[in-house]
Amino acid sequence: MGDKRSDGNLPKVKVENLSKVFGDHPEKAIELLNQGYSKDEILSKTKQTIGVNNANFEVHSQETFVLMGLSGSGKSTLMRCINRLIEPTIGKVLIDGEDILQADKENLREIRRKKLGMVFQRFALFPHKTILDNVGYGLEVQGLELQERRGASQKVLDMVGLKGYEDSYPAQLSGGMQQRVGLARALASDPDILLMDEAFSALDPLIRKEMQDELLSLQAKMNKTIIFVTHDLDEALKIGDRIALMKDGAIVQIGSGEEILTHPANEYVRKFVEDVDISRVLTAEGVMKSPSTTVTTKDGPRLALRRMKELGISSIFVVSRDRKFEGLLTAEDALEAAEAQKDTIKDYITKDIPRVSPGTPLTELIPIIADSKYPVVVISEDGTLQGIIIRGAVLAGMVRKGEDD
Amino acid sequence: MFTLPKIPIGSWVNSIVEWARIELKPVFDIITVVIEFLVSGFRDTLMLIHPIILIIIMMALVWWIANRKVAIGTALGLLLAYDLQLWEPSITTFALVLSSTILALIVGLPLGIWTARSELAHKLIMPLLDFMQTMPPFVYLIPAVFFFGIGNVPGLIATVVFAMPPAIRLTGLGIRQVPEELVEAADAFGSTPSQKLFKVQLPMALPTIMAGINQVIMLSLSMVVIAAMIGAGGLGAVVLRGIQRLDIAMGFEGGLAIVIVAIILDRITQSLTEKRKAKA
Repeated sequence: MGDKRSDGNLPKVKVENLSKVFGDHPEKAIELLNQGYSKDEILSKTKQTIGVNNANFEVHSQETFVLMGLSGSGKSTLMRCINRLIEPTIGKVLIDGEDILQADKENLREIRRKKLGMVFQRFALFPHKTILDNVGYGLEVQGLELQERRGASQKVLDMVGLKGYEDSYPAQLSGGMQQRVGLARALASDPDILLMDEAFSALDPLIRKEMQDELLSLQAKMNKTIIFVTHDLDEALKIGDRIALMKDGAIVQIGSGEEILTHPANEYVRKFVEDVDISRVLTAEGVMKSPSTTVTTKDGPRLALRRMKELGISSIFVVSRDRKFEGLLTAEDALEAAEAQKDTIKDYITKDIPRVSPGTPLTELIPIIADSKYPVVVISEDGTLQGIIIRGAVLAGMVRKGEDD
Repeated sequence: MFTLPKIPIGSWVNSIVEWARIELKPVFDIITVVIEFLVSGFRDTLMLIHPIILIIIMMALVWWIANRKVAIGTALGLLLAYDLQLWEPSITTFALVLSSTILALIVGLPLGIWTARSELAHKLIMPLLDFMQTMPPFVYLIPAVFFFGIGNVPGLIATVVFAMPPAIRLTGLGIRQVPEELVEAADAFGSTPSQKLFKVQLPMALPTIMAGINQVIMLSLSMVVIAAMIGAGGLGAVVLRGIQRLDIAMGFEGGLAIVIVAIILDRITQSLTEKRKAKA
């Protein structure tokens, strides 16, 4: 769930004031849209259907951005505007700063071939081609030689775990396997951007979860920029760095999963997120307490004891000078050190304290807390102490979020 | 009583035909040469081979394309035609059907592709096909005679006009039936229009196109028989002679040979279609 930002300033994909009207007289509908009429009013007045209503968003490099909404909310239409499978009526789509809507046919093909891979809901594999040739389709239309194409396709096919199925036909594979082929086909020409349209929605729940995990682990290796369309909030929360929630063609709210859950922009979003499993999205970061009372390894046992006495606690966390987490010192151990006339507490620290990262979801935290007699510590990637979690805080956190709804 | 003045559609068509006959004569001459070359080419080549050898070749070919059962049936059928002393007219009919099918496909397939890609073409061509298919086939014989005289050439022209519609219709239908998502996939990966056509749309439309080709062949065969009325040769001429002389024996034998040719052609094209399907 980490928030990966682009190191450059340029967003990978930027959509500006983009609208799509289906009908013969889009300009009328656009005019009414600008005057603030709703989708239904425009439909009854002009017989024009609003597909996308003035969408604005940026997707950063290596980010997974989710377009979420119910069916008919315009999420798939918006995605198809990005690679111009659907021609937007008005607006801009900047890919690496270049407006794809200005591209001529030749340039558009080039951008689709090199920068944009797409995965489809119903897989959209070519039934008359073998698995290997399906994967290599993008390379085939680029004019690569057969040998070169097959080599590259084979690599991607191995990556998605389908070695040995090269010469099968799509109809011979299960749904999950077919979508792996779909993913491999999109990855074969090594595009920067992956467009995934309800990619796992047609799969049954177990396979679906497996594919989500697979995508996350592939993404950890590949660092693509992913735009993912789904109607499933749990899926959005699981794989999305940021989520855009859509209604009637317009984007209602953009934010991280937690932002959307804890601060819904309006009643619609609130309703949408109502029945989500709260503990699944709350993370260690959200319920941890700041570790205000610590001692360092250089401190003596008497100082540690005095701090514990001041705060009325029976143990204290120990960090190094640069706030790297070292362990926990109990009152008994501190007393023993004092009686042994030691200058520092270094040798009396308990080291086997359960540690979690800030992104650990609450569902995983609960069993850890239940098994441990010490508080759980939250440690960032570089080893510094971020916070501590006590049992009460976890339960309180869940209750508090529950009450918000 | 008030009577509507008769609109002279007949005489309009008449004058158009008259004008075309004179003005477009060079075009018709070229068409005549091409068709005569095709038909007599096929017929003369096939007639060069001894009937028994040709039957064996046909049997092997059908065995390879279809299966043993069809191959044996083909051999028996052709032997019967040979035995009835209808070998030469059978071969002529076969050559006429082959030629008209080839011409119908040369014109029909591109038109079918066009109707699939352009809404305008679709709207223009579909009513024309309805017209062509509902017009009694005999009517085509009259202008054909006018432009090309009598013989195999006008017969073949009328046959091509009559037999072409399924090729156009089913090619267009096959391409339109390719699932939208597959067309999107082809576009999304940056296919050019012709890559999309040849790598995705046509291969996927092939079973439907093959069904169209089968129909073209069957329609060609039925029209080639009717075209005997304007001097086309082959089995149709045999049947026509039977009718004119009220010779039941001759008419029935000719008809039987037509059935044999029809069944053979039908089974061959159907096997081609099914083989394709099984592969996909």
